[in-house]
Amino acid sequence: MASLWEYANPKKFIDTTDKVLPWVSVLAVLCLATGLIWGFFFTPDDFRQGSTVKIIYLHVPSALMAINAWIMMLVASLIWVVRRHHVSALAARAAAPVGVVMTVIALATGAIWGQPMWGTWWAWDPRLTSFLILFLFYLGYIALWEAIENDDTAADLTAILCIVGSVFALLSRYAVLFWNQGLHQGASLSLDKEENVADVFYFPLLVSIAGFVFLFIALVFLRTQTEIRARRMRALLARDRMEA
Amino acid sequence: MPDLGKYAEAVLSSYAVSLVLLIALVVLSWRRSVRVKNALKDVERKRKSDA
Amino acid sequence: MIALLLRDIRLAVRAGGGFGLGLAFFLIVVVLVPFGVGPQSELLSRIAAGILWIGALLACLVSLDRIFALDWEDGSLDLLATAPLPMEAVAAVKGLAHWITTGLPLVLAAPVLGVLLSLPVQGYGPLVLSLLLGTPALSMIGAFGAALTVGLRRGGLLLSLLVLPLYVPTLIFGAEMARRGVDGQDYSTPMLMLAGITCGTIALLPFASAAVLRVNLR
Repeated sequence: MASLWEYANPKKFIDTTDKVLPWVSVLAVLCLATGLIWGFFFTPDDFRQGSTVKIIYLHVPSALMAINAWIMMLVASLIWVVRRHHVSALAARAAAPVGVVMTVIALATGAIWGQPMWGTWWAWDPRLTSFLILFLFYLGYIALWEAIENDDTAADLTAILCIVGSVFALLSRYAVLFWNQGLHQGASLSLDKEENVADVFYFPLLVSIAGFVFLFIALVFLRTQTEIRARRMRALLARDRMEA
Repeated sequence: MPDLGKYAEAVLSSYAVSLVLLIALVVLSWRRSVRVKNALKDVERKRKSDA
Repeated sequence: MIALLLRDIRLAVRAGGGFGLGLAFFLIVVVLVPFGVGPQSELLSRIAAGILWIGALLACLVSLDRIFALDWEDGSLDLLATAPLPMEAVAAVKGLAHWITTGLPLVLAAPVLGVLLSLPVQGYGPLVLSLLLGTPALSMIGAFGAALTVGLRRGGLLLSLLVLPLYVPTLIFGAEMARRGVDGQDYSTPMLMLAGITCGTIALLPFASAAVLRVNLR
């Protein structure tokens, strides 16, 4: 069994992901199409929410991935700090914009759903507020990457920001809970059956979540490849300039 | 097309917003990937012909 | 360490060090708010605690980039890095100096500005206490942010973007404590949380700041 760390070799990473990428992309499209079409066309309306319940197939998976993307960035940052694998740092960088888009989708669909259901686009509810704060963290992280010219310095600083930011993001989550009571419903997916959404909504939701997960993986692979190639190109050009 | 009732606007707009954002992200990532791949190929070819 | 602390304070107080700048900024924010929301004193007294907290936070923010920037420019940061003093201590002392020159004056000025916002009498104690407990955390977090952006030419705006999300928990607990104090409620829970955040940032963030500084000095 080959060690996981072999994929820290950029060449190996590109070769392997090149092979895997088409499959993951197909899976992502299939799952997304199945989940969303199933959810949109073939599920009944909720007796209280009416047809707005169909927004759940976008809202819950994107919110889930917004958090998971940050966690993935945290893990990648830790790997970079501890083991100094460049691919890891680049993967964290590649994931950040995907996380931002997921956060925006979660916030936007939530607002559109909240308008008819809660009677307001926005409420300073703990979950909503936490997501807004998460959004700000993403923006700061990306801005720091863009601002620093030296690649290794940027990787180090953003990794530390990601780690420190995670602690503060968690802290904010609890601070916000303390600050205001919520309007938002409890977890949509949990092992506790009572809390869960009804089965008719549950299965298309699961498929849709799988689609978002595969889409995230595909995008991160693709974008990490791009980052690796971009960096290799910069290095080659710099070497040419040195020789000239 | 299922009957969305009085909430059609909300449901449709949230699907539209999400799909537009996702497709934009995919297209942008894809385009940048292709562009960088070609640029790197160019640089490598030029180096080989120089050497 | 003490020599470094005294040096930093002296530099800040001296002309051009920007000692009064944060204080003046605080004053201006507080004076502008009534123009924005209207002069009704019952409205002002309800939001006074929050405004004073936001004002203190912003005043802290505008003075952050000076924590390391001057030492970075004239190379004394490199000297400090090679000095026997560990980088963690340097970061902690810099944060402390920032607090003494910016945070402490803000705490002392807050009750005076509270009068302008017709802060209720019972609110003064909790407000000052909350600022006293909270501003060290603002300084330490700010020192971390300043360390992150020290090598950048136009780091000011980026610094704000990085630091503001990190300020959220401190602001929530600090303002909540002051608000509960104004309402005459029990404010021990947010006070303990605020003190916890401050202790945590003082204990841990100098390590992060030092790591960042080492990367930047590489």
